[in-house]
Amino acid sequence: MKGWMGKSRIFFLLSLLALLLAGCGKENLSALKPEGYGAETSMDLIILTAVIMLFVFAVVLLVYTIVLVRFRKKKGDKEFVPKQVEGNKTLETIWTIIPIVLLLIIAVPTVIATFDLADKSQAEEHLNVEVTGNQYWWHFNYEGKKIQTSQDLYIPVGEKVYLNMKSSDVIHSFWVPSISGKMDVNPTNVNTMFIKANEEGVYYGKCAELCGPSHSLMDFKVIAVSQEEFDQWVNDMQNVDPKAKPGSTVAQEGKTLFQENNCMGCHAIGSSPAQVAPNLTNFGDRTKIAGVLEPTKENLVKWIMDPESIKEGNKMTGKYPDVSKEEAGKIAEYLMQLQPSDITPEDAKENNK
Amino acid sequence: MSTAVTQKRSFGAVLWDYLTTVDHKKIAHLYLFGGGLFFILGGLEALVIRIQLMQPQNDFVSAGLYNEMLTMHGTTMIFLAAMPLILGLMNAAVPLQIGARDVAFPFLNSLGFWLFMFGGLILNCSWFLGGAPDAGWTAYAPLSTTSPGHGVDFYVIGLQIAGAGTLIGGINFLVTIINMRAPGMTYMRMPLFTWSSFITSVLILFAFPALTIGLFLLMFDRMFGSAFFDVSLGGNEIIWEHLFWIFGHPEVYILILPLFGVFSDLFSTFAKKRLFGYTAMVFATMLIAFLGFMVWAHHMFTVGLGPVANSIFAIATMAIAVPTGIKIFNWLATMWGGQIKINSAMLWALGFIPTFTIGGMTGVMVASVVADYQYHDTYFVVAHFHYVIVGGTIFGIFAGLHYWWPKMFGRILNEKLGYLTFWTFFIGFHLTFFIQHFLGLMGMPRRYWVYLEGSGLDTGNLISSIGAFFMAFGVIVFFYNIVYTAVKGEKAVDDPWDGRTLEWATASPPEHYNFKQVPLVRGLDPLWVEKTEGKGTMTPAEPLGDIHMPNGSFLPFLMSLGLFIAGFGFIYHMDYNWAYILLFGGMAMLLGCMLTRSLKDDLGHHIPKEELEREAD
Repeated sequence: MKGWMGKSRIFFLLSLLALLLAGCGKENLSALKPEGYGAETSMDLIILTAVIMLFVFAVVLLVYTIVLVRFRKKKGDKEFVPKQVEGNKTLETIWTIIPIVLLLIIAVPTVIATFDLADKSQAEEHLNVEVTGNQYWWHFNYEGKKIQTSQDLYIPVGEKVYLNMKSSDVIHSFWVPSISGKMDVNPTNVNTMFIKANEEGVYYGKCAELCGPSHSLMDFKVIAVSQEEFDQWVNDMQNVDPKAKPGSTVAQEGKTLFQENNCMGCHAIGSSPAQVAPNLTNFGDRTKIAGVLEPTKENLVKWIMDPESIKEGNKMTGKYPDVSKEEAGKIAEYLMQLQPSDITPEDAKENNK
Repeated sequence: MSTAVTQKRSFGAVLWDYLTTVDHKKIAHLYLFGGGLFFILGGLEALVIRIQLMQPQNDFVSAGLYNEMLTMHGTTMIFLAAMPLILGLMNAAVPLQIGARDVAFPFLNSLGFWLFMFGGLILNCSWFLGGAPDAGWTAYAPLSTTSPGHGVDFYVIGLQIAGAGTLIGGINFLVTIINMRAPGMTYMRMPLFTWSSFITSVLILFAFPALTIGLFLLMFDRMFGSAFFDVSLGGNEIIWEHLFWIFGHPEVYILILPLFGVFSDLFSTFAKKRLFGYTAMVFATMLIAFLGFMVWAHHMFTVGLGPVANSIFAIATMAIAVPTGIKIFNWLATMWGGQIKINSAMLWALGFIPTFTIGGMTGVMVASVVADYQYHDTYFVVAHFHYVIVGGTIFGIFAGLHYWWPKMFGRILNEKLGYLTFWTFFIGFHLTFFIQHFLGLMGMPRRYWVYLEGSGLDTGNLISSIGAFFMAFGVIVFFYNIVYTAVKGEKAVDDPWDGRTLEWATASPPEHYNFKQVPLVRGLDPLWVEKTEGKGTMTPAEPLGDIHMPNGSFLPFLMSLGLFIAGFGFIYHMDYNWAYILLFGGMAMLLGCMLTRSLKDDLGHHIPKEELEREAD
């Protein structure tokens, strides 16, 4: 008995320690630190169910411990034949009824929350964004605003934003743990969900449905900024001139190379219905390159020259002629200066606690 | 087959015996061998996964290979390890527990095993033939329909063949339990393991056809140009999810219910008490099985089925917690007031209670739809289903193996090594999976090849990986124990545990006809009844007479081999014309064997009364 309890206590303590070390996860990524409407609703239910279940566990463990302490055959105990009990109607009724009551306590708020989060009646009064999942990147089309972006989704803080989601290839799942639970992005139908961030910030998004080799690299961000900042961002994005001449000569050469190497066949700069590949209008402001790399010029050159080594199975590999390192550098220079708006992820971070 | 006899016979003779056997006890050995082999493979795949996730942005394996690993780990463990090991236990114990001389259809029993084995082999051939399936064990379309190479083709063909074997096995046990019970063994006198095997067989009968249909549709899409799951041609990929989970959720209960039966028998035997609330236990099992068919969409809460469907499936799911709770409390009440003897087998059963309770608790948590929007497809769910499948199924298989090993092989597994296995595996298990609940909520989706540096997931993953090695160590000790016991193990008496049920009323290991005279059953726990109220041994229900036994046959092996060959034909017929030779050749072989079986009468043989009398002397 001592060995049993002793050992299980040790690993329990170890797990607790590990938890303390890790905290509750990273700010803006962890579902345990909810910063949005959906995530808070989920968190309430997580806590409610966890508390009730821990109570059940405590009862089971208590009976279990008593059984093991009192009724275990110890060394030197004389063998005897225990009384053969068939059952006990009262006891059996009790442990049927109590769980039913506990489950009802969980079921009612669950159903209420399910209908609450599925409510689409106010969708027309709010910002609607068409979300397209692709192997392995996200396309965002602000409905009625002629703005297309990818990877970074700007939203106004404190406002419901309705996402109408569909996939262009396989099933993906849209998940921003600290703002809201996930919803699948299917090829068959449009799934609608809303997100609402309580605080400004840059929130981490993940694809949560296995979608191929680079499933784990299909990261994106939701950037919540104030309503004024958002309005300004919309204004800036709507007034982008894709034909504008880049400042430096290197970037200008890059622009020429970008066009010569057929990049425009898939990528768009400026508002465009094209969504074969990520829209690069505000590429210079992106939080990451390809969703996972730090936004430096070296990383971009690396990506342009050999995307396969970074994201296995991506759809860019082999779609354009080989470019030299020098050429890639020039293209990178051009892309990195595509910063049409003064509103950047920095604006969300500054105000974040 | 006693050890003395084995030593006298050549290796070739033993091999031929096993290839042609229709004896349920030898088929149990085969299932345990096959299941054990694939359990090792699936375990190695799990270790590769845990090594890859040991540190952030690790590159131990490539992204593509990682997906193959996680797919094969899941597929192997569910279909090729857990299922056959369970069927192995069922074969070893059920006919003995009901006082039968064999199963109803011995030939089909053998066919079921060989279909499973060849299905498993064909699936694993993929490793050497251009890559294993990589769309997850759930093989969601269109990822599975568009996956390049032949990986998913191997998945489709392999599972189709192995699944046919399981379906045959399930039907066989249904018929056996309905028809072959000894005189006096009424339904409400059957041991819980027999009951749960019976209910599991019903689940297999109704659940596997959904998988069969799903796999056929997937096969047509991939190999014959249909478009059931292709949206651009008017198909719908969500249909696959429904078909898969209409099979997949009952499958979870197929995996756990037989082990509930094992635990019931163990608690009762080692506490020396009759099972508390026997009737409630039987009906709770039925209720779990029944509800198990109405909850499949809780695997699909995030698919977008709408709030009405989600709510209904959530409540149905929560309802399953009630009969499961009844079982947990009845087990505790069985031990209450008893004299609990703890040994390796009982340790696994005792370890199961807290572990499975945690799995059940998180089960209720994931049933709460909106909370599930966070858990779904994260490591929280990975932790949850490993708590129920490892904590329930695998613990139960270990418990059952330790319990029935003396009956199967005539030797008792070494206790010290048994304790070492249990403690390393148990501690390793909780180290590996407990922390994963939190990893999931901290933002780690499942099936992730890497997690990025600075995501706050490093420590948890490291602990998890360390735990996996503890588990691996425990399993290695167990396999060492098998070898050690075979060489030096303590010889078992017929009834080493002071048993209560019929399997302990015959020799260890039993003669191939199980019972010289079929016993008369006078109550629940028939052997216990005789021990306390009778003369200590079973009263025969028939006079000593000739025993009619089935003949061995090589046909099941050949039939399965035919399908195996035809499987390669199906997979490669799109690329090469010669594959049609395999396709038609393999199918001809199968049909030829079936024709032979149909036209050639095989009436079995009789063991004459005189021989049985001689043996008694």
